[in-house]
Amino acid sequence: MSIENQTAPTTPAGRTNDGAPANLTHGAGASVTMPARGPEPQPRGAIIRGNHPIDQQEAARRFMAAPQHLAMHDQRLWDLRKKRDGQKEIIEEWEDLRQLASDIKTHTLTHLDTYLEQFEKNAIANGVKVHWAKDAAEHNSIVAEILRSKNAKSLIKSKSMLTEECGFREAMAHEGVTVVETDLGERIQQLDNENPSHVVVPAVHKLRTDVAEVFAKTLGSDPNNSDVSYLTEQQREHTRPLILKADAGMTGCNFAVAETGSVVVCTNEGNADLSANTTGLHIVSMGIEKIIPNLNSLAVFVRMLSRSALGSPITQYTSHFRGPRRGAEMHIVIVDNGRTDRLGLEKFWTSLKCIRCGACMNTCPVFRRSGGLSYGATYAGPIGLIIDPTFNRHKYSTLPFSSTMNGSCTNVCPVKINIHEQIADWRQVLAENHEIPAFKKSMMKAAGALLASPKLYRASLPMADSALRHLPRFVLYNKLNTWTRGREMPHVPKETFHQWYKRTRGVDGKKK
Amino acid sequence: MSSTDSRAAIFAAIRANRPKIQPPLPDVPLFDEKAPSDLVTAFSEMLVKMGGKVLDPQGQDPISALRAAVADKGIIATCVPELHGDASLQIRQILPDMDPHSLADVEIGVVRAAFGVAETGSLCLTDDELIVNTSGYLPQHLIVLLDPSQIVANLHNAYRRPELREHKYAVFQTGPSATADIEGVLIHGAQGVRSLRVLFCPEQD
Repeated sequence: MSIENQTAPTTPAGRTNDGAPANLTHGAGASVTMPARGPEPQPRGAIIRGNHPIDQQEAARRFMAAPQHLAMHDQRLWDLRKKRDGQKEIIEEWEDLRQLASDIKTHTLTHLDTYLEQFEKNAIANGVKVHWAKDAAEHNSIVAEILRSKNAKSLIKSKSMLTEECGFREAMAHEGVTVVETDLGERIQQLDNENPSHVVVPAVHKLRTDVAEVFAKTLGSDPNNSDVSYLTEQQREHTRPLILKADAGMTGCNFAVAETGSVVVCTNEGNADLSANTTGLHIVSMGIEKIIPNLNSLAVFVRMLSRSALGSPITQYTSHFRGPRRGAEMHIVIVDNGRTDRLGLEKFWTSLKCIRCGACMNTCPVFRRSGGLSYGATYAGPIGLIIDPTFNRHKYSTLPFSSTMNGSCTNVCPVKINIHEQIADWRQVLAENHEIPAFKKSMMKAAGALLASPKLYRASLPMADSALRHLPRFVLYNKLNTWTRGREMPHVPKETFHQWYKRTRGVDGKKK
Repeated sequence: MSSTDSRAAIFAAIRANRPKIQPPLPDVPLFDEKAPSDLVTAFSEMLVKMGGKVLDPQGQDPISALRAAVADKGIIATCVPELHGDASLQIRQILPDMDPHSLADVEIGVVRAAFGVAETGSLCLTDDELIVNTSGYLPQHLIVLLDPSQIVANLHNAYRRPELREHKYAVFQTGPSATADIEGVLIHGAQGVRSLRVLFCPEQD
């Protein structure tokens, strides 16, 4: 059993020295050969122009024009998807667990008030101070007030999508609080002044040469050394003193257990545990939808989360904080920020089941080829398409169109959110609210009339197919038709199914 | 708005918007009918897959193997009685009133797990075992003692243990700290411990 003296040979993933042994692919580790790539200038995300609708396609085109980044990103995320499939194959009860996870979330969200009350009562009994924030601004001001009361000027934190949603770091900068992200990917993004591009692997869109450039500028590391062990070690050596000097620690919350009043945080780096346990003050940011009823339910989600996200059986650290340490303080800020509104949307409330595993992003052909920052929103990829418009229907009105509707996102979702159906429903809602681009609207109107009448539709098909065969390329592959950008139209059969049926079976349906 | 007003507003909004259906909370089975009979082997295999190692006493008694593993390795901080009183080792006994930061210079931490989980190769460490919670994170390396009789089959069984209800802090630690945030290249020792070894060793009474 002992592999005490296991050496770490040069590996397919490019590990050269002190990295993990080559045969291991736990955590977010890649299982495939990642060839040397770069340097290549990093394509940046969507251009944000105030409240104007995000032009995801423009940013996606720039990402696709960077072949090294595109190839790495696509290969890396598809590998995570395949690792996830590998775990699914091992776990016989996988589909039972998905159904349980979905049913537990349905039950909890329809009894959300009861479970939040139970959670609050138990957390307070455990010695935790509980705060409630209606929106992002209130979340930030509550945290600022807690920090002020302790005269805390520096804060170490683990990754939290909720704090991204709240624009937390920017708000703290105005308060004179120094925030240090302790997750490696999130720290890279903080130092590069960029948002996370993926909920689980925040810097997945960056090549190692990009990271070397960022670290050289900000940490003073060697700009020509893009060895991953070296870069990771640079970050460890740089962050550790900041962790030890910090006045306060902050974490997000993956799950909040009503029965025990505990919050559960999952990381691979152990950075949440360091953030929470090193200083005398631990602040937790938690969305109201993170509640689950009890520990038996928690087992279902912990079994699913990392397997769905990374194809790893569990995160290296699954940490349960039930109350403050002796002599320390623990605060939980419970945040709404649009979630109760979402709960009231008949077609979209089940998006609140999301456990932020990112499986839908890893499998999405659009996401893999455009990068998370092209969405110009806190949440990218398929889940982003159905959550972002709830924050701002105008600004994110174009996002639900960034999908091929292949349904893969729905198939991999561990809590069985019907993501692709909700994408279609959002298109409808946005069309009804006049939030869709003019060209799409005129096309859809024409298509709508055609599809509404079987006779018109059948009559149009041979004509359309014939047109597809004979029209000059420039008519199909023009600037207005985004579908054919980067795609070839399918080969068109010479006759339609109805024509074939009539020819071979005649009117009575019997074979001729 | 005060936090109290916001609380009231949030609950009012939930009650107004909540879907008006009452589906029951499903029962969660244990899913352990096909659990392996040899949990020590199953646990060890997963531990290794997750980046941990088994400290093999190679015929010695486990405590001698532990002494050999920490001898001349710098500052050793221990939460377990097994190493106490050995003047030949540079031992720092972890005590409840220690400052969490005081463990920053430790090379190897030694702690006992409450139990192990075969499904994932995880170790449950609680604030009782860690004494000072940073003892699991600030040392460069960690050696964890595990009683082989304290291994449960899977996470469903793990979450029925009392530890998760009784302790202010409990972690399922699985292998060392790890990251693959740069191009999927797996590195051990991102922020926490660089290596994790498990020594099977029944608890002394």
